[in-house]
Amino acid sequence: MDASDQRCTDPTVLDLWHPLVAVSEMATDNVERTLLLGFEIMYGTDRDGTRFAVRVDEPDEALPVLDRHGYLWTSLGAPPADVFTIPETAEPDRRTLNAASIKVATSAPRAIENFLDMGHFPYVHTDYLGVEPHTEVAEYRVEIENDELWARDCFFYQPMAAASAVGGQLSEYTYRVPHPYCVMLYKSSPTDPSRSDVIGLFVQAMTQDTIRAHNFLSVIDETSSDTVLRRFQQIIFSQDKPILENQFPTRLPLDPRVETPIRADRSAIVYRRWLTELGLAYAVIPAG
Amino acid sequence: MITLYDYDLSVNCYKQRLLMSLLDVDYESVPVDFFPGWEHKSEAFRKINPLGHIPVLVDGDYVLRDAHAILVYLAAKYDPSGRWYPTDDPELLGEVAQWMLFAEGTTNTASAARLHDNLGYEFDVDTLRAGAHRLFRVLDEHLWFREQEAGPDGPAWVAAAPHPTVADLAIFPDVMLSEEGGISRLDYPALRRWTDRVRRLDRFVLMPGIHPVSAERPGPGPMAAGRS
Repeated sequence: MDASDQRCTDPTVLDLWHPLVAVSEMATDNVERTLLLGFEIMYGTDRDGTRFAVRVDEPDEALPVLDRHGYLWTSLGAPPADVFTIPETAEPDRRTLNAASIKVATSAPRAIENFLDMGHFPYVHTDYLGVEPHTEVAEYRVEIENDELWARDCFFYQPMAAASAVGGQLSEYTYRVPHPYCVMLYKSSPTDPSRSDVIGLFVQAMTQDTIRAHNFLSVIDETSSDTVLRRFQQIIFSQDKPILENQFPTRLPLDPRVETPIRADRSAIVYRRWLTELGLAYAVIPAG
Repeated sequence: MITLYDYDLSVNCYKQRLLMSLLDVDYESVPVDFFPGWEHKSEAFRKINPLGHIPVLVDGDYVLRDAHAILVYLAAKYDPSGRWYPTDDPELLGEVAQWMLFAEGTTNTASAARLHDNLGYEFDVDTLRAGAHRLFRVLDEHLWFREQEAGPDGPAWVAAAPHPTVADLAIFPDVMLSEEGGISRLDYPALRRWTDRVRRLDRFVLMPGIHPVSAERPGPGPMAAGRS
């Protein structure tokens, strides 16, 4: 694919770690290709088990790689020492897996913002994450803390909140955006309400207008098979997909006057402001 | 009890779920980890279908593969009205068979383009999209003529009958999800009206990516309806 006109020059984005593939889906001794920020990337595992990634147009210069949260990450710039941490994944009885990596014709920030939005649950995820007439998004808190966006006290009535759910529940969500193109939510686990299931969307911006969305799951569920866990998340994500692909413009406008928010969009307002403060320019329409 | 080896995001599995819902037939869905697990290519699954694809239907001791063959079997066996697969009307049945073969074409172009765009299948997507447009143009024109034949009161379906047949279901999701393969339906108005009609059938069910049609029938058009 020729994406040379999509090549990222934004240092904010170049310096980030970006997910490329679920490590469990990498074949040994096989090189695969993908697109990241408009650059063709080759990645794989050497015979001695070492992961590698290179830009196809600069095959002699190894890119930095990290194996974190079940994915292979790389950076095209000068990345921080590590990818954000997810302390919950250290709990021994937790199951962490990739539900699916799915390509979508949208921009990375549109996908993040959709993930943060509760208002669409009853209409797009009917009978799963919401159902009419339970459409109200109650007031919630949004803060920037330690360079991450957090939204707390998010409550929503959900008829089937997870693969393991039996009947409806008032779910409490906490959203965390630890990276401009990665988002997670924590919600009480139906099988152990004292702990949270963690669901993430780690977005690989292939270009400004196309992504590969890596659906991360880390759940407490002794009974459901991997197939069943994946199935639930794939259904939810595939319900969102046509909505994402029909948003116009594809790139996220950061000027607060361009798209009119409502009170329920508070996390989106803060997210856009945060991207502006980071000076991020790739896959967005920067404010005036 | 009927068992369907099933994957929620597969158009060919959805065709079976849709027909069984329309016919009010109970079945058990066995989820197959098609992606990213490639379970349908596993040795265990090849014992069920040596071709390594889904759906597969098991009804008692009877095992059947291939989406459009399963539609034929289910309709012939479980539709007491005999409408969905009209075996007692040779001309209509011929037409249904003709459009079922057409559906192989829409599946192998439009839905294959969707696999390329969503899941990264290595197909020549430009050729697939061009092929899908060629078929959509033929179907759009056909449906426009069917609408003229059926008149204002009679909904028009793919085969020349006042009711839908398995041919409609075999083609429907390939068309309805075409935009996920980068194939716009903007130029096919009769195709869009037909997908609305399918979505208004009693006991219609959704699949992820297909959203409900608005409950109300659209008015006679912007000229007559005016602004409200």
